[in-house]
Amino acid sequence: MQPKYVIGVIVLLSGTAAPFIISTYELSLLGRFLALSILAMGIMLTWGEAGILSLGQGVFFGLGGYCLALHLKLEGLNLANGDMPDFMVWSGVSKLPAFWYPFASPIFSLVCVVIVPGTFAAVFSWLVFRRRVGGVYFALITQALALAFSTLLISQQAYTGGFNGLTDYSTMFGESITTTGAAKVIYWITFVLVVGAYFFLRWLLASRYGMMLRATRDGENRVRFLGYDPVPYKVIAFSIAAMLAGVGGALFTLHAGVVSPALVGVVPSIEMVVWVAVGGRNILWGAIAGTLLVNFAKDLISSALPSLWLYGLGTIFIISVSFLPAGIAGIFRAGSSEDRIVRRFLTRRKLSSAE
Amino acid sequence: MNAIPAPILLMENISVDFDGFFALTNITLSLTPGDLRIVIGPNGAGKSTLCDTIIGRVRPTAGKITFKDKLITDLPEQEIVRLGICRKFQTPGVLPTLTVFENLLVSAQKDRSWWRSFTRSSRVTEILRAEEIMMQIGLQERRDVFAADLAHGEKQWLEIGMVVATDADLLLLDEPTAGMGPQDTQRTAKLILSLLGRHAVLVIDHDMSFVEALNGYVTVLHQGQILKEGSVAEIRADPEVSAVYLGRSDDDHIIET
Repeated sequence: MQPKYVIGVIVLLSGTAAPFIISTYELSLLGRFLALSILAMGIMLTWGEAGILSLGQGVFFGLGGYCLALHLKLEGLNLANGDMPDFMVWSGVSKLPAFWYPFASPIFSLVCVVIVPGTFAAVFSWLVFRRRVGGVYFALITQALALAFSTLLISQQAYTGGFNGLTDYSTMFGESITTTGAAKVIYWITFVLVVGAYFFLRWLLASRYGMMLRATRDGENRVRFLGYDPVPYKVIAFSIAAMLAGVGGALFTLHAGVVSPALVGVVPSIEMVVWVAVGGRNILWGAIAGTLLVNFAKDLISSALPSLWLYGLGTIFIISVSFLPAGIAGIFRAGSSEDRIVRRFLTRRKLSSAE
Repeated sequence: MNAIPAPILLMENISVDFDGFFALTNITLSLTPGDLRIVIGPNGAGKSTLCDTIIGRVRPTAGKITFKDKLITDLPEQEIVRLGICRKFQTPGVLPTLTVFENLLVSAQKDRSWWRSFTRSSRVTEILRAEEIMMQIGLQERRDVFAADLAHGEKQWLEIGMVVATDADLLLLDEPTAGMGPQDTQRTAKLILSLLGRHAVLVIDHDMSFVEALNGYVTVLHQGQILKEGSVAEIRADPEVSAVYLGRSDDDHIIET
């Protein structure tokens, strides 16, 4: 058996057995970070494979998270009786806003977790890419989007929970989600979805679509002048990344028991890109590894010396950009032709974006 | 086969105005199927603009372009390409992180709609076509090499191959020998001559040894206008053409005497 299959089996087995091996606290961290790694794989797809840097993935993460949180706040309430989520009562809202009602259905909410970020990303990116806006300008637009989204959430306190976000959930599908047993189940769901997303993206990148996506990244004009319209390829990649971010956001909300504007704004959106830069943006497992590594480091450093974390993050980022342009995953194939190509591609991108 | 075939490409009174600077003025040019046309001219004569205009990258301010009796002046770029015009860029426009074979395969795919890219893999005929062109451009040994790792001349051939792989009826080759040594230049000329008949080819260059090796009908552009048209020998002997080139010392490499 090839070594990579052996490693794969070990990862799958230890991932499955994790709830019986590590402490409840560690499990909750691992579950959260795995949820984030689903989003990170999406960044690998858009940034690494499609060459589209988005500094607004927090928006899609938040859309997914809030779609589920709306349901979790309604679960167990008697809407016909005029019951309302606690924060609305405190804000003096007299009637549940109309857009909240459909989220009383768990199925509707779960569908929205995927569909809302996906549709929003598709429409948004189509409008932008159709105008042939890309590169740094696209990154700036997405950054502005993240700022606008978090501002909107904070300003609409009565409908969104404002700065505090939505928290204090109890049940889903009638089952408690706060017990240790539930934590294990949520962890396994997360793990299965990480594995599923991994194999889905592997298939996607190996397909003819994946080849066309790389071709578009390499030479959008060349592809256009071979008779292809490059826009749909980019829109699809961006939308898939948004859907993955939404799934990650919903799972994170379940694990953390809270979703708030602090998780979806500009700074978290940039942090998400750092995870992938550290892990390796052209290798799928690199995105997962980077997310786990940076986040566990964050947990360690910020619990020991809270004020130090931002410096730590900055240092990690600078080291990875200066010495490991292909990320940690790049070390494992250093010297291979893929590695050379990635390096060359990255330098070329740097030069062209400096123009 | 006695009658003169209808032109595949017809440019009529084309002018391109870049905010007051006329890159092209009143260009009329026609090309018959399977034929070769060489466009030469000093730097800034408007050669690349001519290509850009045909392919829709630059829109003419006046005049019209018909291709296979269809007006293409206002079509989107990918529509023009799908009608059967494909262009090679001046700096090699290969796709660096794809292999030689993948570059050709992307070009050879007949179905260019995005939704089909999920549902099926490449057709056998397309794969065979890509392999065939790889032989033709002499890169069969380099099949699985990333395009970024090719030598400069090989990149030029690969891009010619990509343009050929689209099976376009008209190929626009913008300086296919740029940066090549004499040996590679001759090899490129042979390659281009082997394409004629199946494709009409419009070549832009200013390497005179290359133009002579191609030995086709030449159009000389100067300051956005057609200065002269004729065979290579006629153009060589023309005093006006010599004046245009020789009068500009920085371009004296173009026609060596």
